[in-house]
Amino acid sequence: MLEKKLLTKRVGIVNPLSIDDYIKQDGYKQFKKALKMERISIIEEVEKSKLRGRAGAGFPAAIKMMAFAKEEAEHKYMICNADEGEPGNFKDRYLMENDPHSVLEGMLITAYATRATKAYIYIRGEYNKALSIMKWAVDEAKEKGFIGKNILGSDYDFDMEVRSGAGAYVVGEEFALIESIEGKSGRTRVKPPFPTEKGLFGYPTLINNVETFCNYPVIIEIGGKAFAKIGTASSTGTKLISLSGNVNQKGVYEIPFGVTIREVIETLGKGVPENRKIKMIQLGGACGPIIPEYMLDMKIDFDRFEDFESKTGAGAIIVMDERVDVFEVLHRIVNFFGHESCGRCTPCREGHPQLEILVKRFLNHEATSKDLLSLESLARVMHQTSLCGLGQSSPISIISTLGYFRDEYHDRIEFVGKV
Amino acid sequence: MNMINIKINNNDYQVKPGLTILEAAQEHGIKIPTLCHYPDLKINSDCRICSIEVKGKKNLLTACSTPVVEGMEIKTHSTKVLNARKTITELILTNHETNCTQCARNMNCELQSLSNQLGIDENRFEYRLVSQPKDTFNPSITRNPDLCIKCGRCIDVCKDVQDLTVLENFGRSHEVLVVPKYGKYLSDEDCTLCGQCSSVCPVAAITENDETEKVWTALNDESKHVIVQVAPSVRVSMGEEFGAEAGQAWTGQIVTALRYLGFDQVFDTDFTADLTILEEGNELLHRVHNGGTLPMMTSCCPGWVNFMEIEYPEMLDHLSTSKSPQQMFGAIAKTYYAQLKGLDPKDIYVVSVMPCTAKKYEAKREEMQSNEGIFDVDVVLTARELGKMVRQMGIDFLTLEEQEFDNPFGITTGAAAIFGATGGVMEAALRTVYEVVNEKPLEDLNFKSVRGMEGIKEAEVELKGLGKVKVAVAHTLKNARKVVEQMKAGESPYAFIEIMACPGGCIGGGGQPYNTTNAKREKRIEATYNVDEAMILRKSHENPYVHKLYEDFLVKPLGEKSHQYLHTHYKARN
Ligand SMILES: Cc1cc2nc3c(=O)[nH]c(=O)nc-3n(C[C@H](O)[C@H](O)[C@H](O)COP(=O)(O)O)c2cc1C
Ligand code: SF4
Ligand code: SF4
Ligand code: SF4
Ligand code: SF4
Repeated sequence: MLEKKLLTKRVGIVNPLSIDDYIKQDGYKQFKKALKMERISIIEEVEKSKLRGRAGAGFPAAIKMMAFAKEEAEHKYMICNADEGEPGNFKDRYLMENDPHSVLEGMLITAYATRATKAYIYIRGEYNKALSIMKWAVDEAKEKGFIGKNILGSDYDFDMEVRSGAGAYVVGEEFALIESIEGKSGRTRVKPPFPTEKGLFGYPTLINNVETFCNYPVIIEIGGKAFAKIGTASSTGTKLISLSGNVNQKGVYEIPFGVTIREVIETLGKGVPENRKIKMIQLGGACGPIIPEYMLDMKIDFDRFEDFESKTGAGAIIVMDERVDVFEVLHRIVNFFGHESCGRCTPCREGHPQLEILVKRFLNHEATSKDLLSLESLARVMHQTSLCGLGQSSPISIISTLGYFRDEYHDRIEFVGKV
Repeated sequence: MNMINIKINNNDYQVKPGLTILEAAQEHGIKIPTLCHYPDLKINSDCRICSIEVKGKKNLLTACSTPVVEGMEIKTHSTKVLNARKTITELILTNHETNCTQCARNMNCELQSLSNQLGIDENRFEYRLVSQPKDTFNPSITRNPDLCIKCGRCIDVCKDVQDLTVLENFGRSHEVLVVPKYGKYLSDEDCTLCGQCSSVCPVAAITENDETEKVWTALNDESKHVIVQVAPSVRVSMGEEFGAEAGQAWTGQIVTALRYLGFDQVFDTDFTADLTILEEGNELLHRVHNGGTLPMMTSCCPGWVNFMEIEYPEMLDHLSTSKSPQQMFGAIAKTYYAQLKGLDPKDIYVVSVMPCTAKKYEAKREEMQSNEGIFDVDVVLTARELGKMVRQMGIDFLTLEEQEFDNPFGITTGAAAIFGATGGVMEAALRTVYEVVNEKPLEDLNFKSVRGMEGIKEAEVELKGLGKVKVAVAHTLKNARKVVEQMKAGESPYAFIEIMACPGGCIGGGGQPYNTTNAKREKRIEATYNVDEAMILRKSHENPYVHKLYEDFLVKPLGEKSHQYLHTHYKARN
């Protein structure tokens, strides 16, 4: 069995619109267990689990949780980041639509452990179905006393609210998201201070991805130590993979870290239609690296991803077969991020139109060798100097293809009469 | 204090904790270039020009926003860093209408010097500017969006210093523009024309309306008698326009320069500042004794008056009806002075040199015509525009000999000299009101509690028949709003309030030399009080020429002529 269903074990079995059904299947049991634990020992279990954030950057979850838990303030906010706007990713939607209460249960465990006072679930505007399911679930959980005052007879109060996203992709970035909830235009802020110190409305704020939260019931159930045994040394637990592109069975699959990309594509995705050859895949999502077929035996692991200067291991695998033109893909990616840029910092705001111009020259076989140098330099500078993850990671597709598919760039350069 | 050990460019340094890399480097003489960063404004780190390398970090970090930590190893000018800065600057220039030889900021532009410093001699990227309409529809400032580099300084100064949200980032991605909210033009918006945005803009995207050409034309017109008045606050900043350190007075050099430029008479706005004190002081007493609207608020700052007309039209009664010194000067020049010289008012051309862009608007108010159809003040130049004219004339300003103002509007007092600093109008008024009411000399002329950069200041004076009277002073419109809100809530304990729209008062005005910072404002304030100390006369009511003006022409403060020429009214806007 390649798959390991820890987070998705109830998917397809539980009725997402029935809290009773969820409870019948041992739902909220781990939250009840957590309520009886010392707060600090919950965080210790998370620390032992070595869980890393599932939004992509892979930041150790316990460090963020601890920093937030330490803050003393009248309001302490939590945000569940369900903005999932990056093309190629759809695993958060999968979790919310199929097992909404597991998201809530994970949030409740975190909230209790850190004494959060209120949480916002910020869901991408286009996710209508997920939005209504989550709202329904929150209402049900309130009725059953899982959310509200004196939760389950304890002295702990906690509120939750579902928010519909503002549309722009960049709003998924934590500070842009905070600004958006505050009713502002959704641009990022300068760090430090980090959200755990000064976030939503100036109060300490803990932001995690949907999938990250879903791990907490598992950690409470099996214990941090056992959790850490799943996966690889640097990446513990399982990962939800959004598999798409030229594969027979697109979808979301939960695998333990350490499985190879090829296994995911061939065994779970059932290979490429008409047995065409794979040319390349994009990892993580539209802002991840594009790697060639011969690297498919690479294990899925945060640290391996970082070797590609890629911070984004949100868990997408986009398969592209031999018919795909690298430059068409790059052009689409550059346009997407150029359009989604908030326009705040220079490299990203002014860099994207130039990337677009340069990539188009390659697409149209009109490039010069000077264009190659300019493109390479620009992509690196944008990557190194942009203010937020969008501008930093958008050029990664270019940087990686400049490495792995450099010949294709050379093939597009007209040498005659041009320098 | 425990110092922090860091390495910059392989050299060891000990620095104070809590500093940013930019500050730490600066303290040790290492200059990291910046563009969006401006002292006293919040750190945005948008432009990314101050990117530096820190050992162990894959990406570059911005020096302006990154605090130093123990053991940090920083490279400020590595190849990687320089390449990044160069690339970013090239990118900025793809979206900037570079035309330095035909630009107001030529040789005084932060983008130009940056480009020069980085040695940019070509641009690898494509020019892609989409031209936007210029905003030339108000009398004070011009916006040219094609030059805007989206540094955000203007937005921040307007919002964080003035508590107004006139300008905003509009749109997103590469289409972002910095434009007046809702409307396309400043005149559609609640802009007070204070010009603070123009003084922090690193390029020529927001500038004062350049009116130097008009002045040259007048100076060359034989039929015109061209006179000039110089605002109190300009004398303590003018040298900076030519590279001098802040903190000195340049009064004599300004007079000389103006004579070289060809003005027929060079007068001092300080004279009408003394006149303002007599009118406004008496107005205050009149209000106190006759149940007039209190607190009375000063009205010599046109940015502030605009603010009231736009934001608090229901409270206009609180504003003193006395005109500002600039407008009193214009009115006197085209009435009394015209008579004195036997000139037709239409042949007198009045130029003001002001620290302020809003003064340009003030001069163009319909009410400001003592003779129908003739504005009292013809042209207002900012300190920067005077600097430009002096340079055009090839004058070496800093080495000029010092000359004296012409009479009859050249003898002034220390009270007038301090008009340019926050608290100065109040102090000048108190010196006069105290002596007039109490009929005895003031022991200590220095009302130190109303001096300095603190946002809202208070003082108390004992006045015969009135007891202890409380007054307040506020500068910046953010603080002004607080004071007005307090009044609106009926909780204002004050009889008299001085407001100046710009930080530090006019010495920090929107038309002052570029690179004005709060540190420089403090120095200009210091220079201002030094001027006051050095004066023989330090109270407005002791100015002998003001007395003569009343004897010869005005008769008495608040008299009929005063009402005709020296007082005005306000109207609600929007
Ligand atoms: C441009 C941009 C978009 C992002 N979009 C998302 C998103 O849709 N969902 C998400 O969970 N995190 C997103 N992130 C990451 C968040 O900023 C934040 O790091 C994350 O929510 C932390 O979650 P984790 O610690 O659980 O991984 C985005 C970051 C950037 C720079
Ligand atoms: S990198 Fe792009 S999206 Fe992020 S702050 Fe800069 S302009 Fe905005
Ligand atoms: S704003 Fe500066 S860089 Fe731009 S044209 Fe003017 S002087 Fe040159
Ligand atoms: S002139 Fe003053 S009020 Fe108007 S936009 Fe500039 S800073 Fe704001
Ligand atoms: S107008 Fe000037 S200050 Fe404002 S954003 Fe543009 S360049 Fe910066």
